[in-house]
Amino acid sequence: MKIKGGIDTIMDDERTKFAELEKLIAEHKDQKGALMPVLQGAQGIFGCVSEDVQKAIAEGLGVTLAEVYGVATFYAQFSLHPKGKYLISVCLGTACYVKGSQSILDKLSQVLDIPVGGTTPDGKFTLEATRCLGACGLAPVMMINGQVYGRLTPDAIPGIIDKYRNDDGEVA
Amino acid sequence: MDIYRAHVLVCGGTGCSSSGSATLIELFEQKIEEYGLSKEVKVIRTGCFGLCEAGPVVIVYPDGTFYSRVKPENVEEIVSEHLLKGRKVEHLVYTDHATKEQNSEKALEDINFYKHQHRIALRNCGVIDPENIDEYLAMDGYRALEKALTTMTREQVIDEVLKSGLRGRGGAGFPTGMKWKFAYNSVNDQKYVACNADEGDPGAFMDRSILEGDPHAVIEAMAIAGYAIGASEGYIYVRAEYPIAVKRLRVAIKQAEEYGLLGDNIFETGFNFHLFIRLGAGAFVCGEETALMHSIEGKRGEPTTRPPFPAVKGLFEKPTMLNNVETYANVAQIILHGADWYNAIGTEKSKGTKVFALGGKINNTGLVEVPMGTTLRTVIYDVGGGCPNGKKFKAVQTGGPSGGCLPESLLDTPVDYENLIAAGSMMGSGGMIVMDEDNCMVDIARFYMDFIVDESCGKCTPCRVGTKRMLEILQRIVDGKGEEGDIEKLEDLAKTIKNTALCGLGQTAANPVLSTLRFFRDEYEAHIKEKRCPAHHCKNLLQYKITDKCKGCTACARVCPAGAITGEIKQQHSIDPKKCLKCGACMEKCRFGAIIKE
Repeated sequence: MKIKGGIDTIMDDERTKFAELEKLIAEHKDQKGALMPVLQGAQGIFGCVSEDVQKAIAEGLGVTLAEVYGVATFYAQFSLHPKGKYLISVCLGTACYVKGSQSILDKLSQVLDIPVGGTTPDGKFTLEATRCLGACGLAPVMMINGQVYGRLTPDAIPGIIDKYRNDDGEVA
Repeated sequence: MDIYRAHVLVCGGTGCSSSGSATLIELFEQKIEEYGLSKEVKVIRTGCFGLCEAGPVVIVYPDGTFYSRVKPENVEEIVSEHLLKGRKVEHLVYTDHATKEQNSEKALEDINFYKHQHRIALRNCGVIDPENIDEYLAMDGYRALEKALTTMTREQVIDEVLKSGLRGRGGAGFPTGMKWKFAYNSVNDQKYVACNADEGDPGAFMDRSILEGDPHAVIEAMAIAGYAIGASEGYIYVRAEYPIAVKRLRVAIKQAEEYGLLGDNIFETGFNFHLFIRLGAGAFVCGEETALMHSIEGKRGEPTTRPPFPAVKGLFEKPTMLNNVETYANVAQIILHGADWYNAIGTEKSKGTKVFALGGKINNTGLVEVPMGTTLRTVIYDVGGGCPNGKKFKAVQTGGPSGGCLPESLLDTPVDYENLIAAGSMMGSGGMIVMDEDNCMVDIARFYMDFIVDESCGKCTPCRVGTKRMLEILQRIVDGKGEEGDIEKLEDLAKTIKNTALCGLGQTAANPVLSTLRFFRDEYEAHIKEKRCPAHHCKNLLQYKITDKCKGCTACARVCPAGAITGEIKQQHSIDPKKCLKCGACMEKCRFGAIIKE
């Protein structure tokens, strides 16, 4: 695989991100219960909270790495590994489940050829099951990077995925 | 202030936003401009109207015309016909699913879905623009806070809440006034008020809709609570999965601060109250009060034993009073109209109204608020319009993963805290999921147990290990590998977990299994003894067959991914059960209804 833009760009990119993290830590440092908001911010900046990120947070906030790791692994929102470009979350809340969201999830798993929780080898898609997106009126639903698809049938899945697969830019 | 002759209300709740209401708002504004009506017609983005099934929903005032499932291409028609020429666009007017009734002359309140409702907590949802504090103020907003601060003592406020009979809407139903009193009695230099907006019950969205539709109602109530118990700071713990609610809360807090309704020296009474937002990070157990407080403190959201109760030692080790969103949404109205007004509504022990999120196999999916004591039948059939596609009702699930499934025979139960517990379920936060004949009750029990195993924090053994064993047994039953004695093992484990788990999550974890065992034991037995799923849901226990209705069109054979269907053209086809994956693709494709599940 060729690295786009070369190693220097990646290093610069990383540096900017860590600078952003430093700013975030400074903003929250004196706040009560700062660890959660900082982890949430870090997840947003990096897309995941890797060991390096956790170390930086522990140092910045003056808490142990064990404490940061403990919180990071407790909550479903935090991920230790990077996720795909498109995050597909299929709602497995009760309202969606009784309306057949399991078959939507199965179909996605088959179409993408990855298990639930997995990421495609090209790093394009991550498939997740999630609990209640709150759009029960549209059940069964799934969300791809914030875009909600409702009243789904398994038949509709390949078409939706193709739209993302064939498009390297942003999909509306 | 500008006066407009008409208002277009577009629902901006999560449900309608997901089906494209944001585009509608832009289009309406654009078209209204194009037709030169900008000075006459105003577009308002409101909170949830409740009838999510009909979304995106648009209401045009002053006449109150209710347009449903509005698409971008319909916008111009509504603007040019209705707003310009005053002619309703009849084909877009809401049609009642159950009665097939479409009546554009009907006022909103007369539609079946709204007729039986009594909106107190939801009174402003779908009525005002939640991002504009002036609209809330026009609906008597912050008058209750003013009344409490300037004319009532702290004790009088607590007495009023106590007398109203309001009970915790998060599910357990503990008297709210008592909670306030306990926190009031605690002596400390710092106390906290907290709001539980970590609505984790899958299939429930009451709190989200209140926060999205009327955030100031919660803020005002928290300030009143702060005054009553003597707290100068408050925390709202809200799910990160609710971006719209979080955004509107932030806007609302900022506006309230600008108006001096939050901050220092409110109404020049010397009372200070500051409000902060903390986001959850996807952990169901954080709905438990001690776990929630640990999470706000920036720790793992694990529960701790009580006592000490939060009223004595809660957030940051200080006395803390935690209420749920819906509980707060009632408070300002109680202060404003008095306890006697409120406790005249409802049943003997459960006062006021309750909001339910109706979902699953029901025609009118959405949010409803009914007086306590309304029967399940009224909610499901009169408000909800019953099951769609002529399917037979099987069960209604209340109380989420801590509740239970109630059968047809209990539909005349009046809904209140005591009755639902007596019936084998519980009120819970207000999720109400309807299931029809196609839903397998053993699989539903497995579904909830899977949820619990996923969400158990792992601190105590009964919940961490016990629920896992229960899930394994349930999985084996739906896979067709159930054994004699499995039901007894489930019951035994359920009893042990109930008696020994640390927190509410574990203690109630077995309820979905116990309630389905109580009312649908025959389905468990059919799975175990006859290796049969009566609802034809469990894949390992069913077979697809082609009947003599088959015309031999070959559509099924072409769609079958496993090549399991064979037959000559224009002859009856057949399925090889050894090759069949039971994906159901053939059944969906068949135009003659010739493929059945057995």
